[in-house]
Order: sequence, then C-alpha cells, then structure tokens
Amino acid sequence: MKRVFINPEFCIGCRLCELACLTEHSQSKDLILAYRDEVASGLLPRNRVEEKGYITASLTCRHCEDPYCVRACISGALQKDPETGRVTYDEDQCVGCWSCLMACPFGSIKRHPIKEKIVKCDLCPDRSVPACVSSCPNQALTFEEK
Amino acid sequence: MKYVIIGNGVSSIGAIEGIRKIDKQSEILVISEEGFLTYGRPLISYFLAGKVGDERLALRSSDFYSKNNVQTMLGSKVIEILPEEKKIVVKDKQEVSYDKLLIATGGTPFCPPIKGLEGDGIYFFTTLNHAKQLDAVCPKLKKVVVIGGGLIGLKAAESLFDRGVKVSIVELAPRVLSSAFDEVAGKIVANRLTSVGLSIFCGTTVKEIQRDDAGKVKGVFLENGTYLEVDAVIVAIGVVPNIELAQKAGLEINRGILVDKFLTTSKDDIFAAGDVAEAWDKLINDNRVIPIWPNAYAQGYAAGQNMAGAKREYEGGLPMNSIGFYGLPTISIGLVNPPEGKGFQIEMMVDEEREVYRKLVFKGDYLVGCVLVGDIDMAGRYAGYIRFQIPVKDLNLKNNLKQNKATYLDWPEEVFQQFWNKDARIR
Repeated sequence: MKRVFINPEFCIGCRLCELACLTEHSQSKDLILAYRDEVASGLLPRNRVEEKGYITASLTCRHCEDPYCVRACISGALQKDPETGRVTYDEDQCVGCWSCLMACPFGSIKRHPIKEKIVKCDLCPDRSVPACVSSCPNQALTFEEK
Repeated sequence: MKYVIIGNGVSSIGAIEGIRKIDKQSEILVISEEGFLTYGRPLISYFLAGKVGDERLALRSSDFYSKNNVQTMLGSKVIEILPEEKKIVVKDKQEVSYDKLLIATGGTPFCPPIKGLEGDGIYFFTTLNHAKQLDAVCPKLKKVVVIGGGLIGLKAAESLFDRGVKVSIVELAPRVLSSAFDEVAGKIVANRLTSVGLSIFCGTTVKEIQRDDAGKVKGVFLENGTYLEVDAVIVAIGVVPNIELAQKAGLEINRGILVDKFLTTSKDDIFAAGDVAEAWDKLINDNRVIPIWPNAYAQGYAAGQNMAGAKREYEGGLPMNSIGFYGLPTISIGLVNPPEGKGFQIEMMVDEEREVYRKLVFKGDYLVGCVLVGDIDMAGRYAGYIRFQIPVKDLNLKNNLKQNKATYLDWPEEVFQQFWNKDARIR
C-alpha cells in the first residue's frame, strides 16, 4: 500500500501540511473559515510538525502493518482494513478510553479538544494523494510504496 | 486444514485476523461459552453506566464472521480436549475435530472465601452477562460494597455510582490501583473518587456478609471493625486464568497455560493466547500472565499466524493501562513500581493543583516505565521509548522526556529510518 513518508532533510517546517490537513478535514473546505471558525469547535490537523532546533519533520499515522492502536482499541473503532491496508477509525464507536493514544509508539493519535473522541489520519479517502503531501513545497512528504 | 478457537474474546478476534492474513480459505470454528459475538469487554462499565448501548458493544461489524468465513457455536461449553485424537468434546457430548486448536478461554473472577457469600445479592463484573445482571437490578439498589480497588473494581464502582447507587470500595492493599499504578497516581484517583462521593476503605477486607432471615444481604463487616449497610456485594478483585480444560488435557501449566514465543503449548498443534496464557513478557524477560486487552489481541494475532503455518514470534507483552475517572485520564506503561536498590532511577513531576502527575522509571540508559495522570497526550512517545528500547543517553534528551517535550527527531537516525522512512536523514 502507499503510505506517507517524511524526510526531515527536506522538511522546511513551513506547516503547510498541517493547514492542508485542517482544510481537508473541515466542513467548509476553506482554509480561512476552517482556521478562524472550525478550530474553535474542535477541528485540528491529524499531522504534527516536530521541531528539534532547525530540524523539522511532519509526522502522522503510519498505517502500520500490525497496528498497536488496533490491538489496544476496546470498542472496535480502530480497525485495519485488510483490503486497503488503512487503519480506519469510526468516531461513533470510539468511547474516548485513550488506549490507542497510549499504545501508539508513533504518537499519531490526538485527543479531540472537546469531544471524548480521538482524531487520527485517514489518508484522505476522497483524494488520490493526501492533502499534506500535495501541499508540501519541497517534497519532504511523499506518498508511495516502500 | 480446520482451525478451532475456544473462546470468543479479543484473542479470538486477533487469531481470526492472524489466520486470515495467511490462510484465506480454510475452515475456522469459534466455540464460546458466552452467548454473544465478541464485544469490547472493557465496555461493560460504559454499558452499566448507560454510556454505551447494546448496539455499540460489538468489537467487529456483524458481517465480520461471514466475511472471514468463520462458523460460530455460541453458548456452547467445551468440556474436554483430547490432544491425542485431535478432538474436543462440547457439552452435549458432541465431538469436534481440529487440525490446529487455540485455547483462548480467558479468566474467571477470583473470589476469596467470605462468610455469607452463598446466596443472592452477590455480583461479579467481568462479562457482559454480569453487567446485564447488575443493570437489571440497579434501580433497586441503594447501597453496595465493591470488593477490589483495582481497575475492574473502580470501574464497577464508578458505573454504579453514576446510576445513583451509594458505593463503598474495599481494598486489601494499602491503596487503590496498587498493581497497575504507583502510590501517587493511586492517591490522585482516590481523591477524585472520594471528592465525587464514593467511599474507599483500604488496608482491610470484607470479613462477613450479613443476611436477614429471608437471606437478603443486609450489610458487611470489615476486618477493621467497620460495618457497612448494603443491599449487594460486587466482587471485582481480578481474574484467574481459566485453566481447567488445559489441565485435564495434560498441558504444561504454571499460573496460566505455558506457551513459547510462538504461542504453542506443550502439546503439538495446541496454542493458547490471552488472559489464560502465560506468555513471553518483554520487560521481565520471562513468561507471565498479564491479563490486559492489547496483549490478548497481540497474542491471538501471533498465534493465529503460527496456526496457519507462519513462523511468527510474539514480540512480547508490555503491561499498559489507560483508565479515566470523572474526566481525569490516567495511564501506566511498563514497570511503574520498581524494586528498591536494583539500579532504577525515578523522575517525578507533580502538580497537585492541576492534577497533573508524571513519573518516569529508567534503568541505565533506557526508559522502562511511566505513569501519566492528567496530561496524557505524550503517552505514545513514552511507549515508543519503552517498547523499542530506544537509548536515552543524552542528558538533553532525558530532560526533554522529563519535561514532556520529547520529539521523534530525538530518535537516533537509524531508528528513525527503521520506523518512519528508510531514506530519511535527520539533518
């Protein structure tokens, strides 16, 4: 399956990937509306740009072959789709126990700021290339099979 | 090839998914004493509290079994395993043959001998049936005592309290959550529970259950002399592995069924996984029973693949628990109560006002455990350091960890390449 890969050597820490993720997962699909209005009601990017001095990296769910989050999920909200390979998330099933957040060694699960729910990368099911990758100005993010 | 799985908990789901990863065709039969398809067992506290209804309990969608070509025999008790004949005997004497067998029978609630235990008004809290019994009787209960201040006991207590029942918790250890959490976290949780209105009695236990002439529970006497007036007793001390079948079949057993790194028991073609198994534990480098959800899935998953012919080593268990009480999230991973004088180094950060607490346990250059209360968002990062044994040599890195600021760019480049991107350069 294709996954999102990051090379910190090329990441310039611009955070366009975070904004692209935010917009893609917004109701309005508009950056300004998403940032100005929807963030206040709990919208947040699924990815996160990490910084260590001048080195930066945009990190998100790796859609692991054997996902730690799926093992830990007590409600069946997180599952590994055997056909697409994606780690899928069903918000209605989630009870906010934070077991996945504890189990994921890649820190790829966030808490929803308001609801007792988690938030994670869905690899943009409506797009051929995830929004974060499309927005990256320096090809630090790539979407490929490795 | 015919696979048979005894038990229908999360190990069983792991095993089905593990088998189907390798073998898409062969017959799989799941035999379960419980009359339900696999449900999220920890959800029973959400169910009792009224937060989750019947429709959300299933761990997989209703077409999971048909899609994966799995037959089920629910409400059927296996009474014997005949390893020589590769057969099992189900309660009505029906015999079922197998090529590969998984024992995933889980645990049974542990119940100490207490005077007055025989009779009505005694409940357990490990299965959906237990939760449904309590749910049905709940409107009639005014006051109850929960025996056990561990994870199961506190969740049962919280759910009943949410339903308007007055709850007292009795715990034999000097504090609640004594096995999974450390003293400070236990204290913060206990404070939270008592401030909401639950009563906690530690360092004592129920000596006798008092009943009226009709046999109805009236109250309990504690070892410390306290008398609590109650309508019901909930025994929620923990579970012991369900080993009878394995014992009768002559499998090697210690506390649980002993399995090797491939989840195979001492008999050919018989595997065991989950709360019934005594499997490899990464941290102590030895086998032990850790009855926790993620291990049960992981063991089932590895066992399933091995049943289907893969040689897949189980990566080893790691104790971890996430539990919240009234909006206070609490997580423990790995070794959190290290023995004194064995070279462990502990770093703690407490902010009582904000109810934030963080404890990190190091051994040499490695993080081996952590407790997080309140601020839990970085839990997975700590899990990474513990699970992958990423060295923490650098003092800056150690400080970052202590201050909850560790980044993945602190991982050595070769480790980052291994897990994130083989072509990555950190520079």
